[in-house]
Amino acid sequence: MSNVHPLIAAVEQSSARAKPLPTFRPGDTIRVHALIREGNKERIQVFEGVCIHRKRGGRRRSFTVRKVSHGIGVERVFMEDSPKVVDVEVVTRGRVRRAKLYYLRNLRGKAARIRARLGDYAENLVQAPEPEAPADEAPASESAASDAG
Amino acid sequence: MHRKVGLLAQKIGMTQIFREDGTRVPVTVLFAKGNVVVAHRTEDRDGYTAVQVGFGERKATRFTKPDLGRFKAAGVEPKRWVREFRCAPEDLAKFAVAAEVPLSIFAPGDRVDVTGTSKGKGYQGVMKRHGMAGKPRTHGVHEYFRHGGSIGMRKTPGRVLPGMRMAGRMGGERVTEENLELVAVREDDGVLLVRGPVPGPNGGLVMVRPSHKAAIRAAHAAA
Repeated sequence: MSNVHPLIAAVEQSSARAKPLPTFRPGDTIRVHALIREGNKERIQVFEGVCIHRKRGGRRRSFTVRKVSHGIGVERVFMEDSPKVVDVEVVTRGRVRRAKLYYLRNLRGKAARIRARLGDYAENLVQAPEPEAPADEAPASESAASDAG
Repeated sequence: MHRKVGLLAQKIGMTQIFREDGTRVPVTVLFAKGNVVVAHRTEDRDGYTAVQVGFGERKATRFTKPDLGRFKAAGVEPKRWVREFRCAPEDLAKFAVAAEVPLSIFAPGDRVDVTGTSKGKGYQGVMKRHGMAGKPRTHGVHEYFRHGGSIGMRKTPGRVLPGMRMAGRMGGERVTEENLELVAVREDDGVLLVRGPVPGPNGGLVMVRPSHKAAIRAAHAAA
């Protein structure tokens, strides 16, 4: 969303998460700490798998994590700004050549492996701030356009 | 009669917010800062009771002199839109001429009715415009997939009855969405957040009033 209205940006800002999620990309294996409710009890469930895409779009962004559980492919879509996503840990960085890894759905076993990414990005597993700062989007819409790329 | 004074607002667009329990709420952002009472309508003089409210900015050169005269008489800045809210006679005192109508007439959790002009959709067929079913794609149907069927009888009456639903211009008409949940009132920004969509394009004028149905329900509960 390159041309977000300042008033919409302000509304979205108000429900932004306090601590940004670590940087991760499609192809990375991540562990998502998600809040789930069972009856009246809340607990944190960890969902580990490969991030197969990230969808951008202001505060409406999301990402999907895929894992194979007992031979059955399971995908969960998380809203990035949902309070139910408590934290994300990056387990490994993967080297992939496209942004949306839907082809993994048709592969299984050895063919569905992802090569490890080497280099600066892979070593930077510490939590870095998100590259696109939402605060900058509010006043100037033209700068947001370059950030999105 | 449950008519109450509301606010004029400009539809800004939609987004989503998260409640504390993590549920996602789709909301429409409405900008409603700067509502000002321009005039009153009274039973004695006009035959009905209403509050006339002005809202929105416009270039000074775009106003006509008669319009400017009305704003001058009220002692308020000229406003782009002026609309009337019918109300009870005792409400006139609460909204004095030249006073601002604050966003705080609404509180989060209130139910509101939102009236606007729907987006124009141009010339549309009966399936889109009136929700008719059309015809099957198979079973020998030939060049008749999106038609509405019969539009009348035979020699008697020998004409199409008035009001027959046919193809034509769709949209661009006054639409009221009733009983919408007001999710938040952000007075600093002058913003109302209403759950779900409201009629009209972004930038369009909408009227936000306390919900008619909720008022009736409350009256029944009190009785």
